[in-house]
Amino acid sequence: MTSTATPVNNGVNVDALLGARTALTDAPEAAQFQWRATCEWRSGTHSTTNVDGFFGLGAEQKHRTTYSFDVDHPEIFASEDNGATPVEYILVGLAGCLTAGVAAVAQMREIQLNSVAATVEGAMDVRGILGMDTDVRNGFSSITVSYKIDADATPDEIKALVAQSQKRSAVYDIITNPTDVRVEVI
Amino acid sequence: MHTTTVIIGGGQGGLAMSRCLSDRSIDHVVLERGEVANSWRTERWDSLRLLTPNWQCRLPGRPYAGDDPDGFMTAPEVVDVIAAYAKEIAAPVHTSTTVTAVRRTDDGYRVVTDQGEWSCEAVVLASGAFNVPRVPDFAAAVPSSVTTRSAMTYRNPHDLDDGGVLVVGASATGAQIAHEIQSSGRPVTLAVGEHVRGPREYRGRDIHWWMQAAGVLDERYDEVDDIVRARRVPSMQLTGSTERVTLDLNKLTGIGVQLVGKFAAISGTRAQFSGSLRNKCDLADLKLGRLLDTIDEWATAAGLDDAVPPPHRFAPTAVPEPPRLDLDLGRGEIRTIIWATGYRPDYSWLEVDVLDAKAMVRHDGGVVVDAPGMYVIGLPFLRRRKSSFIDGACDDAQELAQHLATFLDVRAARHG
Repeated sequence: MTSTATPVNNGVNVDALLGARTALTDAPEAAQFQWRATCEWRSGTHSTTNVDGFFGLGAEQKHRTTYSFDVDHPEIFASEDNGATPVEYILVGLAGCLTAGVAAVAQMREIQLNSVAATVEGAMDVRGILGMDTDVRNGFSSITVSYKIDADATPDEIKALVAQSQKRSAVYDIITNPTDVRVEVI
Repeated sequence: MHTTTVIIGGGQGGLAMSRCLSDRSIDHVVLERGEVANSWRTERWDSLRLLTPNWQCRLPGRPYAGDDPDGFMTAPEVVDVIAAYAKEIAAPVHTSTTVTAVRRTDDGYRVVTDQGEWSCEAVVLASGAFNVPRVPDFAAAVPSSVTTRSAMTYRNPHDLDDGGVLVVGASATGAQIAHEIQSSGRPVTLAVGEHVRGPREYRGRDIHWWMQAAGVLDERYDEVDDIVRARRVPSMQLTGSTERVTLDLNKLTGIGVQLVGKFAAISGTRAQFSGSLRNKCDLADLKLGRLLDTIDEWATAAGLDDAVPPPHRFAPTAVPEPPRLDLDLGRGEIRTIIWATGYRPDYSWLEVDVLDAKAMVRHDGGVVVDAPGMYVIGLPFLRRRKSSFIDGACDDAQELAQHLATFLDVRAARHG
């Protein structure tokens, strides 16, 4: 949809993104990023994880401020519920990633978004994490994301936004494909 | 036809039970679908040798009598031992008799076979734990250009197409098959999930000697922390060979086998391997360390430290950096997949409600919980850690025969 009179504005700086692509083509080493989080155990199942610095564009970078996330389990697991569960943070990450992608792709395609809302649900059989049945996996048995999008576009154009967002999503890739994970004691 | 007890299966478990029932003058028959030791005759690959040394191949009333106690029998040699035992104890075996149904009756059980029916007071399920290959659901998604086999139908590398082979599963079976296929010149990729690492020899003795001596193999089902988990622990990565070699992942890597993580899924034509390979290898290394600690403590307590070489530890498992996470099965690199992902028992003929949600018999150390007079023998960790070995049949059969005899006595007293 390119028929809108006013320029499309989803709050995404497309020029900057395209500029970054051009810059990274010339300097691929600058594309090597490292994302970080530091975790401190509080008590029981409660921990606090901070996100502050990261590495990218060939240099140490910093968020505008330190973001802090309390992680805990709910009271029905005899915990104190000081924060969301770790698996809920996975849903947070997936929702945030796909939604950012929808906005970016819409901007590229010059589609004006009016509202975007998503519900993310992860189904889990907790017999896995309780070690009751080795045939039951620990993680989600499935994840469902439902988008409600109001945009100046046809239903098929909106579907294409959501599909393209999954194709370029880091978190979607992390969840759907295996990742080499190293856990060390130092 | 009537008999007191029907034993279903003429392998080491059924014959050990037969001998123990004969000792107690309990009338019985052994029903065998083929010949005695049928699965040892028909469902084993050519080079297979037992994981347990010959001295450990004992059956009730029959210690090992050969001249190579530290050797490892081939499958035909196991057949000879079991067939000779059947003869020696004059087991009432009905060969070529396939059981098609077992039903409960008012006063016991009815066992239906393709050679007629038996009524009986007691039934012993000795048909084994390894009847049907356990293959993941996504096996159906393997592209048709790739040939798939299970360890049950695999015979030797020369039956396979030239080209790459993906062996799935790195317990004793998968590790042995991967070794001989790689040695035949076909490049092997080995998918490694949970596994148990073990050296063939430690401090100058066979690992099974240590495990037997330190009491590990005799640990009872009602003494371990989590029997459900213990019954699902995969077989130790061992091989029986005249060279007494250790077969671990480092050895396989050394001859060129490529290790990948657990085969997790197929997406399109791409095989996906879990990123947990390093964790699975760390777990196995740590578990091996705990076993060796147990052995060392026992050796010290038993005053053996001066009689055997000093303790040592094995190099950690080397994991490829980074491990490969996917492989396109449509590209021709892999010509054959061999599922060495374990087996399950087949109870399709059992019409008595004794199976759990996973189609496994609910039993308490071989005594079937919901069917008085029904017993099962030859399952992993049935009564002891050694239950899945030939040697385990001895003690299990003695104790279950005693339980069965008591059951018959009580029943007779009630009916009398």
